[in-house]
Amino acid sequence: MDAALIPPGVKRCSFKKFLIWIACVSVVLAWGVYAMILCFAKGLNQTNLNDYFGFGLWITLDLAVIALGAGAFFSGFLRYIIGIDELKNIINLAVIVGWICYGSALMILGLDVGQPLRGWHIFWYANVHSMLTEVAFCISTYFLVLCIEYLPIILENPELDKNRFIHIFSHNLHEYMYIFAAVGTFLSFFHQGSLGGVFGVLYSRPFAFREGFFVWPWTFFLFILSAVGSGPAFTLLIAWALQKATGRKLVKYNVLELMGKIAGIMLSIYLVFKLIDTYYWAIHILPEKGMTITQCYQGWFGPYGLWLLVAELGIFGIVPALILISPLRKKEFFLIIGALFDCIGIVINRFVFTVQTSAIPTYPFDKWVVYSPSWQEWATTIMVIALGVLVISLSYRYLPLFPQEKELNP
Amino acid sequence: MHVESSHAEKYVMVIDIDKCTGCGACVIACSQENNIPVRTDETDKYRSINWLVIYRITNGEPPPKTKVAYIPRPCMHCDHAICVHVCPAQATDKDRIGVVSQIYPRCFGCRYCMAACPYHARVFGWWDPVFPKGTERGLNPDVSTRMRGVVEKCSFCHHRYQKARDKAIAEGRVILKDGEYITACAEACPTKAIYFGNIKDPNSKVAKLVKSPFAFRLLEKFGTEPSVYYISRQEWVRRQADYYLEEIHKKAHE
Repeated sequence: MDAALIPPGVKRCSFKKFLIWIACVSVVLAWGVYAMILCFAKGLNQTNLNDYFGFGLWITLDLAVIALGAGAFFSGFLRYIIGIDELKNIINLAVIVGWICYGSALMILGLDVGQPLRGWHIFWYANVHSMLTEVAFCISTYFLVLCIEYLPIILENPELDKNRFIHIFSHNLHEYMYIFAAVGTFLSFFHQGSLGGVFGVLYSRPFAFREGFFVWPWTFFLFILSAVGSGPAFTLLIAWALQKATGRKLVKYNVLELMGKIAGIMLSIYLVFKLIDTYYWAIHILPEKGMTITQCYQGWFGPYGLWLLVAELGIFGIVPALILISPLRKKEFFLIIGALFDCIGIVINRFVFTVQTSAIPTYPFDKWVVYSPSWQEWATTIMVIALGVLVISLSYRYLPLFPQEKELNP
Repeated sequence: MHVESSHAEKYVMVIDIDKCTGCGACVIACSQENNIPVRTDETDKYRSINWLVIYRITNGEPPPKTKVAYIPRPCMHCDHAICVHVCPAQATDKDRIGVVSQIYPRCFGCRYCMAACPYHARVFGWWDPVFPKGTERGLNPDVSTRMRGVVEKCSFCHHRYQKARDKAIAEGRVILKDGEYITACAEACPTKAIYFGNIKDPNSKVAKLVKSPFAFRLLEKFGTEPSVYYISRQEWVRRQADYYLEEIHKKAHE
């Protein structure tokens, strides 16, 4: 039925099967849309956020997907600016994953603010001293860049490509893609950093506060490094999952391995600085505020216990870094485990900066508070993931995403 | 008549904890003065709108040695206000008399200021404000009500400053007299535990009180420079106002 839209030379499942799949995804989407409507209509009382937890699951998701979506800008940078040609085989997927991640982040941000219709105030009344202002400007403009990067991929659809103007336009966009890759890299550098800065500047919250260089706290640089250390890993995970879901080889293993190697190297560099930063924070910054590291954690195994630090930097930090920089990554099992652990570690990092910062009692006489998201928060979070699945499903079916697919599936 | 504006004013609050009985009159006065809505179900205290809250602290000793104190906590109107630095839309500002103001129609409810404020002085409008039938007649016309989805906070009853200043200007004065502008909580306190005034006036009561060896501020090590001072002659109370490493070390060695 939709055969004309499917790129020539590749095999896709039947239209009926595809429709059933889309229907399943749509059910999840509808559930999320219902929760979203509740939040818009009734307000943020539908969440479990409160005056102690101004930030919760949604901001964690925003920070996490923006880090994991860094595969787009970093792969683009390595492919178009540095010239690692091998990455051309996965760059389309990286761009789409990035587009989904940033689109999700913007959508969730719109939901997270108390007065969404005033969202433009952040641009109109911009406070240039606020890291959040920088984040808003950079994310919005970078999303536009991602749209421009996604456009030529869409225009390669066989039916669209038949149009002469579209064909030439798409070709020219490809020719100048290095410019957008450079702009994307510049913007990403700043917003990834600014997201770290959002927490690092909080001298009133010793758990998050860091000193730094000029106006940028160390978290600014650590967030950039951790994003480029996890973004490529996330892209390779999606490529692998897509291969498993479709039962087709889409990318040669050496490309996936290269993505894993890039992530591993960047993650290792990040971890060196992160460990130094954590040590300095524990022995210098906290004592300056009159605190110790034990006051920032609920024992070893509490909801916000030290296990989070061990998990973030050890099990989901050093372990995946060692796997990804060693020959172990040549085995698919280890490559996937390494990439998965890498991504989990970065999500934990974003979680602790967002949620644990608020959970720690600020007054010596105050108590720990625990936050657990409401079903509406979960539903909307799952909704954006379902939206991502939908976009990838449609893109995979109708767009020539993987240059090696024909060769790998003769 | 043209009257030059003056920077010789900086208003601070001094709260004598030893005088506070925790009666809550200040909280009620604040709510009444500032049109704070009340919901029928206020069980979730982390979502209640209160510009002024009272913390109850104890010395941690078992009875009969137990001692209790109450710490009323308005916005600290910090000189180094983190909320002002972080607000992305400039919806909050530190004005020339020392008040950290909040522009409700500009705030879009991102809550970054709440995540930043260590005093929990900022609250969010989780619900539409509702004033039960009849109570709307008691609303203060000098203070705007706030819509759902924005952050609100203590304003040091800034509208009272404007009134007092209008009066002073009409009388040809620039600087207000001590006691001419005080907050609703200070006025309502039955034990006179809350003092409010211009710290730049050396003859004001607050200027003298902050020099007390028993005066302190909350979380001073965090570097926010609060404009609310506390006084307590009890050391155990003062010790709970901030974090002290030596205390932790002492406990560890016990």
